[in-house]
Order: sequence, then C-alpha cells, then structure tokens
Amino acid sequence: MSGLTYETVARFAQQGGTLYFALIFAAAVAYALWPQHKEAFQRLAQLPLEKDESEDV
Amino acid sequence: MTQLTTTADDAPFSVLLIYTLTGMAALASVLMTALSPDPLFRLHGWIFTGAFTVAFLVMSAGLGHDRFRSDESRYEDGVVRAGVIATMVWAIVGLGAGVLIAAQLSWPNQFYFPEYGFLNFGRLRPLHTSGVIFAFGGNALIATSFYVVQRTCKARLAGGLWPWFVFWGYQLFIVLAATGYVAGITQSREYAEPEWYVDLWLTIVWVAYLLVFLGTLWKRKEPHIYVANWFYLSFIVTIALLHVVNNLAMPVGLLETRSYSAFAGVQDALTQWWYGHNAVGFFLTAGFLAMMYYFVPKRAERPVYSYRLSIVHFWSLIFIYIWAGPHHLHYTALPQWAQTLGMTFSIMLWMPSWGGMINGLMTLSGAWDKLRTDPVIRMMVVAMAFYGMATFEGPLMSIRAVNSLSHYTDWTIGHVHSGALGWNGLITFAAVYCLVPWLWKKERLYSLKLVEWHFWIATSGILLYIAAMWVSGIMEGLMWREYTPQGFLANSFVETVAAKHIENVIRTIGGLLFLSGAVIMTYNLWRTIRMPGTAQAELPATSAAPAPALQAAE
Repeated sequence: MSGLTYETVARFAQQGGTLYFALIFAAAVAYALWPQHKEAFQRLAQLPLEKDESEDV
Repeated sequence: MTQLTTTADDAPFSVLLIYTLTGMAALASVLMTALSPDPLFRLHGWIFTGAFTVAFLVMSAGLGHDRFRSDESRYEDGVVRAGVIATMVWAIVGLGAGVLIAAQLSWPNQFYFPEYGFLNFGRLRPLHTSGVIFAFGGNALIATSFYVVQRTCKARLAGGLWPWFVFWGYQLFIVLAATGYVAGITQSREYAEPEWYVDLWLTIVWVAYLLVFLGTLWKRKEPHIYVANWFYLSFIVTIALLHVVNNLAMPVGLLETRSYSAFAGVQDALTQWWYGHNAVGFFLTAGFLAMMYYFVPKRAERPVYSYRLSIVHFWSLIFIYIWAGPHHLHYTALPQWAQTLGMTFSIMLWMPSWGGMINGLMTLSGAWDKLRTDPVIRMMVVAMAFYGMATFEGPLMSIRAVNSLSHYTDWTIGHVHSGALGWNGLITFAAVYCLVPWLWKKERLYSLKLVEWHFWIATSGILLYIAAMWVSGIMEGLMWREYTPQGFLANSFVETVAAKHIENVIRTIGGLLFLSGAVIMTYNLWRTIRMPGTAQAELPATSAAPAPALQAAE
C-alpha cells in the first residue's frame, strides 16, 4: 500500500493520461487523413445536399 | 368486424408504456403534493400533477382513436414542427426577460418593483439565462437534431412515441425551472439553478433523448455516421455527464425543495465551472456546430469544404474543451497549476474553433454570390463570423493577466452575448428559416424582405450590445483597480455602476433590437405556415434524381 501515494497516483494520471489521449487523438487524425477514406469522405460531404425534404423515408 | 377490436389492443408498446408511466406519475405527484409541508414544493407538485394529468387524458383520447401508430416508411416530422414552434415561443420569452433586466440595470427607479418580489433582478436573471440557453437553444437543438439524424440516416426516429415524450418532458422541465426561479427556488449554481427533483426529471428526459438518438443511429441505412450526428451525440452524452455530476446533492427531505450540494469549497467551485464552461462547449458549441454542418451545405448547395477537417475539428474540439473550465477561477483558492491548465487549454481551443469556422465559411466556395441574394445565407455567414470572433476573444480573456482586468466586468457579459446572440442566435434563426418551408411543405418563405430586415436589425442590435459592453467592461475594470496616492481604492462600487449608465442604455436598445428581429421572424414564419402548400410537389425519395456530385472546394 505504501506505493499508492498522492505523487504516484498523480504521475500515473498525468503521464498516462497524456499518452492515452495523445494516442486516441493520433488515431482520429490518422483516420481522417487515411488515403483510402478519401472517396467515402467525398461522398459524405455531399450527404446534406440530397433532396429529401419529403416525409418519405 | 375485426376492425372493432383493434383499437387499443395492439397499440405500440412505447405508447402503452408511456401511458402507464404517465398515469402512475400523476398519482405519485398528487400524493407528494398533498403530503408536502413545503409550499414551494406543493407549487411544483401541482405543476407536475397538471402536466401528467393532461398528458394522461390526451393519451387516453388518442388511444381511443388509434392515433399513435408510427409509419416506418415516413419520417417523424411532427415532433420537429412542435420543436420549431417551441423554439420561437421561448426565444420571445427569454429575449424579453433579457430586455427587462437590461432596463432594470439602466433605469432602476422605473423598473424596480418592490411590491413584486418575483420581478426582482435576482429572480429574472436566471429566467433570462435559462430561457435563452436551455429553452430557446435547447429546443432548437432537439428539433434540428431530430430532423438531421433522420435525414442523414435515412431512417425514422426510433422509439415510437418516445421522441414526443422527450419534447413534452423538456417543456415541463422548462416550466418547472422558470416558475421555480420567479418563486425563489434555486440551488444557486450557475446555469444549473433548478433544484434536485427538477434535475432528476431532466435526467429522465435526457436519457430518453439519448436513447432515441442512439436508436435512430442504430437503424440507419447509410453506412457512415454523418459528422453533424457526431457533434449532436457528443452534445447529448456530455450534457448528461455534466448535469448528473454537477447536480449531485442531498435533499433536505423527499418532500422539500431545498438540497445541499455534494461538493464544498474550491472543489465545488471547480465542479461548477467544469459544468459551466462545458455547457458552453457542448451545449452552445458542439450542438450548434452540428447545425452548421448540416444547414450551411444544404442552404448553399455546396458540399462540406473539407470532410477530413470536420473530423479533426470534432476530435480536437472535444479533447480540448473539457479542460478549459478553470479559467473561470483565476485568482481564487484554486491551485495555480489548475488555473494555468485551464488557461493553456483555452488558448489551444482557438485552433479547432477557427478550423471549424473556416470549414463552415469555405463551404460557401463557389456560392459566395448567394451572400448577396439570400439573407439566410448571410445570417449563417455572420453567425460563423461571430463564432470566430467569440472563440478568439475567449482564449484572450482566459489569459491570467487579461482576466485580471476583464473578470467580473461587463466585458464578460459582452463576450457571452457575441457568442450567444451572434453565433447561437443567428445560426438557429437561419436553420429555422430553412426548416419551416420544408416542414410545412411550402415553396418558399413568406417574405425574404422581412428576413432581410431581421438580419440587419439583429446584427445592429448585437453590435450595439457588445460595443457597449466592451466600453463599460474595460471602464469598470480600470475603475476597480484605481488607487489614490494614499493607497485607498479610488472608486466605490456604486460609482462604477453609475458610470455605466449610458452603456447600459445602449445595451438595452441592442437587446430590444434583437428581440424585435425575433418578433419579425415569428410573424414571417406564421405567414409562411399559413401560405397555400405545394400540392404534392415533392418527389418521393426513391424516385428523386441523384444530386449532381459537386466537388468540394478543398
């Protein structure tokens, strides 16, 4: 139990948290920039333009 | 013969469940109202009882006539229409309360009513803030999210009658909050003044909202989840989290209004501003960015400038916003490192904010001529410009040295209003101008000329408001820190209040102009709804010609 001091918990939260968030963010950016996704994203950018004001699904 | 037996027997499950729960809730409210020793609790008990009883009776009649059947081949647009109406009604109420309290600050002798305590500034101020943020903004977010998620998923809203529960449950929350404020029920937490039992009610409504939204995403016929839905979902999830944690409290009694927060001291302050700033970040930013990502491309008839940027925009915004709250607590008991953390993340926020603004503005590439011909597009562009301005000013004000001048002054009020009126107000108005002809099947709006008037009146009002608040804010900040050669403070507080008189008058005029714009808009929408409809002009979705693939300008 002696290892579980404020300092160790804080260091784990700070450094581990930074690493964890940085990795997730890097994954998100990689997803956004991945060349193979380009086509899907071009289609998605058009999605709001489809004429679907009618009530029929 | 079989027709006779089908009425209530096979009503959808969601209807029967809500019907049963409403009946039980009505009985429970009667009991709690009758047993409570607290007159204010009984007031709200009566409102709960009335709402549940009316809902129960309406549903009884509806079940008898077999009303609540949902047709999966059609979108649920009724609840969006109701949301649009509620948005405009609460806009008038919330903005009106704002003009009244601005008049109280400008002419305290004329607009202070000692015999009517419920009209006191302290009671009306939360009515104004909650009225515009949660009643006006919240209804706009719920209505547009219900519209956008259906269209971009090509699926009817999930949950049968539950979207209607969300709508009416949310209106009940607003009525409870508003009546509570004027009656003097408050837990004194910024933007979270309603007491514990109203918080519990909102939690139920919000979880239903989340489930309806997730259920619709689950049913989607489009493989990808469109970026606007990511923003809406982050708004719904984060608000649920913020609301529950910030409102953790112990009631004095189960039949009493009063409660005590689970937090105390500086932890309480940090919790409140973690909530408060993320109400700005996820309610007033993420949700409204979702509106931007659907209605701007739609109205401009141009694809999103860069879909990749929109993904980076989304993730960077939600990663950074959640840390910015401590900038509200500079020079307090909060540890210095936490203040610096809040400040640093606030400055970093500038980048995703402007990335998003640029993405929205550049969506107009190839359609800039519409700025001249379409006042709704102009409203969107000015909204995004105010978003950019407010998200530049915010990081600036979060810097500790700047904050030492700006904190507690009117500068903060001006900053909030350039965001709330300029960004949230105008983007909502633009979205509603788009929605009404679509929802009520009209060829066009009743009058673009009136939209033009609305645009100029509202924009002038915002400019008057924020310019006046910059002047009065910096002036009072300087007056507060002015010392005499002997080391005493040079100005008493009331002297700084008196010095702001002219600015307060200008701010009242600015607010009145913005309110007038909303009244003009309501009239225009009313006339639009009453115009003759486009008789079956819409083609069914299946036979509609595919839209020509426009190249994004990126």
